[in-house]
Amino acid sequence: MKRLLPIVAALALLAGPAAAVNPDEQLADPKLEARALKLSQELRCVVCQNQSIDDSDAELARDLRLILRERIAAGDTDEQAMDHIVSRYGSFVQLRPPLRWDTVLLWFGPVLVLVLGGVGAAVYVRGRSSTAAAVGALNADEEAELARMLDGDKVG
Amino acid sequence: MKRLLFILPVVGFVALLAVFFLGLGRDPRALPSAFLDKPLPAFTVGPVRPGDTVGLSNTDFGKGEPMLLNVFASWCGPCRVEHPVLMRLKSEGVIIHGLDWKERSPGAGFRWLSQNGDPYVRVGDDPTGRTGIEFGVAGVPETFVIDKQGRVRYRHVGAVTPEVWEQKLAPLMAKLRSES
Repeated sequence: MKRLLPIVAALALLAGPAAAVNPDEQLADPKLEARALKLSQELRCVVCQNQSIDDSDAELARDLRLILRERIAAGDTDEQAMDHIVSRYGSFVQLRPPLRWDTVLLWFGPVLVLVLGGVGAAVYVRGRSSTAAAVGALNADEEAELARMLDGDKVG
Repeated sequence: MKRLLFILPVVGFVALLAVFFLGLGRDPRALPSAFLDKPLPAFTVGPVRPGDTVGLSNTDFGKGEPMLLNVFASWCGPCRVEHPVLMRLKSEGVIIHGLDWKERSPGAGFRWLSQNGDPYVRVGDDPTGRTGIEFGVAGVPETFVIDKQGRVRYRHVGAVTPEVWEQKLAPLMAKLRSES
């Protein structure tokens, strides 16, 4: 029993936190609730910033979850409900940033770095192999020196 | 040419480090308002002071004078820090309207103002917080600078300390005053 205790404690620590969405917030219609849940997972909580409003326990996150559900219950499309929040808090709240002229670097920056790095590496490797080719084969003196060194190795 | 190929990535890396290092010192909460250069959305809320007949409305702003919109609450700690600054600004003739955000019990906002002093020309009650959410309030205190035409020109998150006023808000207010 005593041995089991730490295991149980470890398991208890592993248990994931329940979703912050409270039963009293949920919409009665499971279809609408599913849409609201999905949207709230894509919206950043402006208080905690690295959590979605679905994850967050902040009071403002709860307010936004409720507003989102109100909009959806009122017949908003997903986009309209999303825009409702984004128009008030800015596109920062979208956890998946939209592709716009000012987010191009965010979306394609890593690819750009990869391409630049690849080109750089290619130029470097090519430069190295061409210098090796330019040096060419050993001449007679060098062959003799090499043989002497290898022999010396054997003796030593 | 060869040299350059080696130096370029190093320079790029150092520049990136510099950008990240400078980013460490920035306040992640200090986001610009989604209403920057736009008028406040339409809202009207009831009064906080029992003697007032009107609370606060978006039409109270932009009457040919730049103003501050201060979002506060009696339960908010940093609001106590900025309160003396707001009182001083009031005595200097700065027009400050207040929005009492998410007050937990009715009358608490008014009690707070009666005890600590009331820097506001108009002050509205927003117990549910929904009005603040309409223009992107994330918490208290927040202070918006509204220009002569009633457009949002700046959003300050956190307490208005004397430094914030002198370095950011006061120069902006002076600039907005000189605008036509």
